[in-house]
Amino acid sequence: MSPAAYLALAAVLFSLGCTGVLLRRNAIVMFMSVELMLNAANLALVTASRMHGNLDGQVFAFFSMTVAAAEVVVGLAIIVQIFRSRRSASIDDASLLKL
Amino acid sequence: MIAVFWVCAVLSVAGGFGMVFSRKAVHSALWLALTMINLAVLYVSQQAEFLGIVQVVVYTGAVMMLFLFVLMIVGVDSSDSLVETIRGHRLASVAAVLALLVLVLTMINQATQSLALNIVPTGLEGANADEGGNVQGIAKLLFGRYVFAFEVTSALLITAALGAMVLAHRDRLTRVPGQEELSRERLADPATAAGLPAPGVYARHNAVDTPALLPDGSIAENSLPGALVLRGTTHDVREEVAVTRAAELASDPKQAQEEQS
Repeated sequence: MSPAAYLALAAVLFSLGCTGVLLRRNAIVMFMSVELMLNAANLALVTASRMHGNLDGQVFAFFSMTVAAAEVVVGLAIIVQIFRSRRSASIDDASLLKL
Repeated sequence: MIAVFWVCAVLSVAGGFGMVFSRKAVHSALWLALTMINLAVLYVSQQAEFLGIVQVVVYTGAVMMLFLFVLMIVGVDSSDSLVETIRGHRLASVAAVLALLVLVLTMINQATQSLALNIVPTGLEGANADEGGNVQGIAKLLFGRYVFAFEVTSALLITAALGAMVLAHRDRLTRVPGQEELSRERLADPATAAGLPAPGVYARHNAVDTPALLPDGSIAENSLPGALVLRGTTHDVREEVAVTRAAELASDPKQAQEEQS
């Protein structure tokens, strides 16, 4: 399969993630959409790695997975903290930085 | 390979759509897990076996489970409100995303045409075979050229773990009562000394969502499990009690007179 098809799939998945971030207002679902965008970028990196015939792209994808895992941990902890103080996971309710 | 690509591409895009458009957050998480697994297959089909396994273990295994855990804490039934707070927000978002998609796809098209990359990709057979396999090749890079980035990653992970612990920690305002204190408290009150009434001891139901009846026919609310009361799924027996009581009184005129007087 040509790399262009994989890149197009990555673009479609990235746009779907974008749609999720823009449309959904549940903080957790927004976060999942961000994860989908990161995954789309990883797919593009892996495709580039195959396209150029060296493994550097795969190492980049590996690092981005690590950073994504760290980001999920901190982000979800913040969401839980906000939920505790406001009893809501909707981002419309958290429009102010103060409580 | 072509069949693998099309099956996984269709399934992963379907998973993406399902994630964005399902009302319940848990369904979104499950759709996203489908997408992640299909992406893992796509990685393996692109000679990235190590990343395929890492994708399954880290994303579908760890990250999605973390999402589901947080969903259980934050409330499974917290579905989105569908009211538009900003007028035309949805239409504008979809238009912007479509514009982005067209832009990126055009860019990919241009690049593949001008660079002639769509003819035959170099492939990783050579790179994978150099060190004896995909895992060995990645290890060579990771502990060779990118070893500093790898070390920095460890600092990042430790910081993230500490940050999560600090953010999720909650100071208790009062001491948690221990088993001894709870037991003393229970025995101090004669009403609860023998334990709370058991639920469901009632003529028609013996399920735990049905409250017990006290000897005088009133409903013992504290016989119900607290979780069911919070969820609001308890069985309302007031009507049945009233019907039974009326039948009792009708069959026993003496008792009815007592009731009236």
